[in-house]
Amino acid sequence: MTLKNIMLSHGAGGKQTHDLIAELFVENFSNIYLDSLDDSAVLGQEGPDSEFVFTTDSYVVKPTFFPGGNIGKLAVCGTVNDLAVMGAVPKYLSCGFIIEDGFLFSDLEKIVVSMKSALDEAGSRIVTGDTKVVEKGAADGIFINTAGVGVRKKGIRPGISSIQEGDVILINGFIGDHGLAVMAERENFPFKTSVTTDCAPLNGLISKLVEAVPGTRFMRDATRGGLATVLNEIASESSLGIRLDEQSIPKRETTAKFCDMLGLDPLYLANEGKVVAVVPGTDLETALAALKSHPYGTDSAVIGRLVGEHPGRVTIKTAIGGSRILDMLTGDPLPRIC
Amino acid sequence: MTDRVVEGFKEGAPGRAMIQRIKELSGGRRVTFMEVCGTHTVEFFKSGLRSALSDYVRLVSGPGCPVCVTPNSVIDRAVAYSLRPDTLVTTFGDMIRVPGSVSSLEKAKSEGGRVRIVYSTLDALNIARANPKLNVVFMGIGFETTSPTVAASIEMASKQGVPNYSVLCSHKVIPPALEALASGGEEIDLQGFLCPGHVSVIIGSRAYAPIAEKRGIPCVITGFEPLDMAQGILMLLEQAVEGRSEVENQYSRAVRAAGNGKALALIDRVFEIVDSEWRGFGIMPGAGFGIKEAYADFDAEKRWSVEVEPSKEHPGCRCAEVLRGRILPVDCPLFKKVCTPQSPVGACMVSSEGTCAAYYKYGSEKL
Amino acid sequence: MCLAVPVKIIEILDIETAIFDIDGVGNEVNISLVEDLEPGDYVLVHAGFAIEKLDREEALKTLEMFEEIARETGMLSADGENL
Repeated sequence: MTLKNIMLSHGAGGKQTHDLIAELFVENFSNIYLDSLDDSAVLGQEGPDSEFVFTTDSYVVKPTFFPGGNIGKLAVCGTVNDLAVMGAVPKYLSCGFIIEDGFLFSDLEKIVVSMKSALDEAGSRIVTGDTKVVEKGAADGIFINTAGVGVRKKGIRPGISSIQEGDVILINGFIGDHGLAVMAERENFPFKTSVTTDCAPLNGLISKLVEAVPGTRFMRDATRGGLATVLNEIASESSLGIRLDEQSIPKRETTAKFCDMLGLDPLYLANEGKVVAVVPGTDLETALAALKSHPYGTDSAVIGRLVGEHPGRVTIKTAIGGSRILDMLTGDPLPRIC
Repeated sequence: MTDRVVEGFKEGAPGRAMIQRIKELSGGRRVTFMEVCGTHTVEFFKSGLRSALSDYVRLVSGPGCPVCVTPNSVIDRAVAYSLRPDTLVTTFGDMIRVPGSVSSLEKAKSEGGRVRIVYSTLDALNIARANPKLNVVFMGIGFETTSPTVAASIEMASKQGVPNYSVLCSHKVIPPALEALASGGEEIDLQGFLCPGHVSVIIGSRAYAPIAEKRGIPCVITGFEPLDMAQGILMLLEQAVEGRSEVENQYSRAVRAAGNGKALALIDRVFEIVDSEWRGFGIMPGAGFGIKEAYADFDAEKRWSVEVEPSKEHPGCRCAEVLRGRILPVDCPLFKKVCTPQSPVGACMVSSEGTCAAYYKYGSEKL
Repeated sequence: MCLAVPVKIIEILDIETAIFDIDGVGNEVNISLVEDLEPGDYVLVHAGFAIEKLDREEALKTLEMFEEIARETGMLSADGENL
């Protein structure tokens, strides 16, 4: 398509909409479910011991493009990961675009191409979608909603209620890179950096883990609010305490340094390719090995355990052997000078 | 990228050793030391040192949080500037949510005021250069660490002809506050000051000589890594046990006796010492910087007059006593019940480095 | 208000500006407040300015003191292993 900008007519449902769908979306996402372009996609049957898992998320990240990724890649990986942490195979995604009048077609194309790439990696498909265009100012560039249907065998039920005292907590790599990468792309960021987002589909990694440790208690991806927030959620919902070991938490040296300079804490920065997994203490070595065997888990580590003390609270054992509380994120992490 | 002179200070074992020494040396008594700098307050918590030392050392926090000691009237002034036409207030991130008498910069922004967070005065100056028709006011908050960077921007604006740049100068200096605290030291049984490492980079270790010699209070200038702070406490304890009151420099890799001559000279060219209102202390003689007459063109207060209410505190607020180390946050009846980071009553809770905010966030319970 | 972080200078551009490196991408810092800077030196950076040059000798002395205390208290073996 030799189109420069998306216009209101592209969302009107007429010829321009059809052309856009055919030449950009179907062209890139093509599969047997999508191509017929029915009002709804008819999904395949699943066996009698399967159950469906369903999720949705909307993506409004600003800026749209950031080092290593964009809103489209996020939209696919985020939903794929929400299914994967439930122990489901992420099979079908829907995709709704809300685009601002004037949005560059070339940007939309880049977004679609990276979505396709992420879908292929995850082995998922976009089977149905929707496109709307709104007046200038009514949407910040582009918003994307993806819903996802996953399938898992009955009986695989990772959940907070399975978590027990003595369980251990693992994470698959460096924290805070995504949050820093997005900040770095914003107008006022005072430094140049080579940090990139960690955005990735984790279903492959998670399959490896669950295969090696079928008794995996619980998994969650550590997105907004960072690792600290997920851990607080786990402590609070399980009514157990969490004790972390500060020196075990994987941090990229350069991310940590930039955070130091800005007064930010990587524990509170968003991630888009990190899963927090809780497994029985006896499965620690197996779980760690399984995570490390996958490219998205080479820097995996055991970072803490569930304890009976201070239920609902997360504490950190620091490098010098002291202790402190790790709270949830309150407010927006602002760069400090102080 | 790892270099021992930086990474070596992040190790754990020597810290555990120093804690052990401190335990042995304290011999069952708990001496009271004051750490003055807001960054120290936070780092003592974050490093776990506060909890590790709590049985052996009573650590009170002082007023070294520039956000905390900024009076309402200064924030009100900044808010008023932000709402003026053709004016942009630039500020460090720390100030954006601090409430004045009525509003904050963040709130003003949502009501159409022009506010921008910057990392450096150089960014503010660049904005001024790129937008000659915009009045760019930089909100000058901070102690001696930050003051030279602000002085530099004023000097640059003058030399390079950036007339639309100005500074709302509310900078403060540390030694008079230490003097005021030392003279009231008996009330809190103060036996040593852990002096702010980066302020000292600028003013030098000998700036504390009067406190140690005349007031008889040991002073140890301390860095900010956990190992630095552990060693700083150990050195203070050794002085207390041995009955000495000297100035010692733990942060010798960064602090020199005479400080940073270039920075001090720059401060001297642009600023003059003035009386300054510190929240919790009232007006402290000689405790702030004002912009010299020669640079009056870059003094926001001289360029634009705005009506502001005299600062007033919430009736139940006990920040004044917290800032002086007289009470701990947990002793304030409003702490956690009425005064929280989401709805702060006083300055100590508002700033990310405020004593009450630190206690709230990192927990004062023994862990 | 004391966040100042040590970074390594890799290039001096002029009397006011130098480049430091954290992750392979250079960043500028104003060096008008420090003297006798050379590539390879570490400086403390605060709000876009280098406020002091790190004294290598003193840093190593301080680290040596730490190690000695650790050894004496039995937290570190003679060859530097954490115990």
